[in-house]
Amino acid sequence: MSGHTVEHLHPLYGLMAEFETPTDLVEAARRTREAGFKKFDAFSPYPIHELDDAMDLHDNRVSLATLIGGLLGCAGGFGLCSWVSGVALPLNIAGRPPISVPMFIPITFECTILLGGLTAAISMILMNGLPAPYHPVFNVERFAGASRSKFFICIESDDPKFDRDRTAGFLAELGAEEVSEVAR
Amino acid sequence: MSQPVELPDKIYVGPVIDEGHSLASVSDKVGGIVLKRKITLGWVFGLLLAFAVLQNLMAGATWLFVKGVGVWGINIPIGWGFAIVNFVWWIGIGHAGTLISAILLLLNQSWRNAINRFAEAMTLFAVMCAGMFPVLHTGRPWLAYWMFPYPNTMDLWPQFRSPLLWDVFAVSTYFTISAVFWYVGLIPDLATLRDTAKTRFTQVVYGALAMGWRSSARHWQRYEKASLLLAGLATPLVVSVHTVVSFDFAVSILPGWHTTIFPPYFVAGAIYSGFAMVLTLMIPVRKFYGLDDIITIRHLNNMAKVTLATGMIVGYGYMFEAFFGYFSADTYERFMIWNRMTGPYAIFYWCLIFCNIVTPQFLWFKKLRTSPGLLWIISIVVNIGMWLERFVIVITSLHRDFLPSSWGMYWPTIWDWAVFTGTLGFFMTAILLFVRVLPMITIFELRMLLPAARVKEPVAQ
Repeated sequence: MSGHTVEHLHPLYGLMAEFETPTDLVEAARRTREAGFKKFDAFSPYPIHELDDAMDLHDNRVSLATLIGGLLGCAGGFGLCSWVSGVALPLNIAGRPPISVPMFIPITFECTILLGGLTAAISMILMNGLPAPYHPVFNVERFAGASRSKFFICIESDDPKFDRDRTAGFLAELGAEEVSEVAR
Repeated sequence: MSQPVELPDKIYVGPVIDEGHSLASVSDKVGGIVLKRKITLGWVFGLLLAFAVLQNLMAGATWLFVKGVGVWGINIPIGWGFAIVNFVWWIGIGHAGTLISAILLLLNQSWRNAINRFAEAMTLFAVMCAGMFPVLHTGRPWLAYWMFPYPNTMDLWPQFRSPLLWDVFAVSTYFTISAVFWYVGLIPDLATLRDTAKTRFTQVVYGALAMGWRSSARHWQRYEKASLLLAGLATPLVVSVHTVVSFDFAVSILPGWHTTIFPPYFVAGAIYSGFAMVLTLMIPVRKFYGLDDIITIRHLNNMAKVTLATGMIVGYGYMFEAFFGYFSADTYERFMIWNRMTGPYAIFYWCLIFCNIVTPQFLWFKKLRTSPGLLWIISIVVNIGMWLERFVIVITSLHRDFLPSSWGMYWPTIWDWAVFTGTLGFFMTAILLFVRVLPMITIFELRMLLPAARVKEPVAQ
């Protein structure tokens, strides 16, 4: 599957272009976004922070989820200590108050971290749509290089601006080494 | 991406990764250890040895379950023997992994990239070893779940004002978050292994573990955010864990334990022993697997510096323990420190001073910091020293407290040693299996260190 005039695959997921360097990838991603494409993605073997600006990626929902998880952990931890020591099993030991706030801080803190950390990891995985047992991009054989040393951009056929021939031409213009069709 | 900082010649000892590596070569080199490298006789011998030592744990734990904690050397007044000494020692060792993976990430120290995965694995295995001891120490480990708050027919709840319960929460949170952080870090590398694996079995296993990671920029953006958040959460966590461990001692009223300097001094000691353990493990591993172009002399030098710095803090702690004893003008405090230095366990105290204060002074010399063999020997001495420190704190404080009529002596029995050496076997077995089945270096972060990975100016804006 090389060149951009290969036999047409039905149904088509999108078109994938391969780039040699991170600089090419960032430039191509920026121009793809500026050309008005919405449903496209860039792939690189390590995080490239310049891509966040080039593709206008500013999803802060993981941070928000983590904040909520942490606050819930904080309230839950303190609530657990207070309910147990104040309501469920109040023990009068040397006249200390049933709800002895300073003594509850360590567990409140640990619960905050526990729930915050778990939320950060789980929300990241779920918002990324993982676990994903199948994804069309893997149908392109060369895509295995995306986790090793190669850079890719894939424009999806669902994008309103997508047109099989013109989009293939556009990707070739961006300096792609190779444009492949991605079977769904 | 962090920019390399030019160091003056005087302190520059080498690059964080040798020249000549490319995006593909680091992937193949680190991934190849797992996927391509044949099982060597040396590794098999090491695994058999470690596994044989692990059997001590089986024997020791079995006999303990049959007879009860009386098979150990513990008694009244020394109710906390080897179990707590080893618990504190192991959990301290774990701290270096979190420090390297979380705190150095927040500080943008790029040299951490080559050692964080290995150090985090070490953390997990060390916390597993640590976690066994309190559970075994309960004497009835099948009831260990009583430590957790859950509604039960006895209508009983745990005592939330007890540092021992704080420990349950701190250690279990620490293990959970360390495991999650480690796994999140592994996902992109598991995808690399999945994509380069040749056999169906390895493709399926690594593929399932990688959860379908496809290196997408939209994923990386959330991934980086989650990593940063996890690092931010793990940083106060790691400090809190050894603080809570020190509360087990400091919240009591026993001379030698009841000290406000304990939390910072325990945390520094934990990092000190942890870095020593990373050096102990990493120096042979980088030699056997030919990784000296990735784990360079620069890494060893930096780790040695952290060991020296934290060792000095620990030394400061010892000095002030002695000073507080004297300055308190309290009979029992003064006796405690005098007994520590001249009593029946004095030999342990002076060995500890030698291992933890004298030995690290060698690390002032660049020549020693950059010669792996000598550094390895120093790191072993530091490990022993930190174990002695915990022994001295636990045993000498308990064995002679306020009333001479309640004094006693503690000597470990063969079953104490069996369980302790057994956990060493467990730790080594786990490490040896880890280096063969998972990439021991974070490949995607290594790629970020390469000049080829940088985006050139006009685009970066």
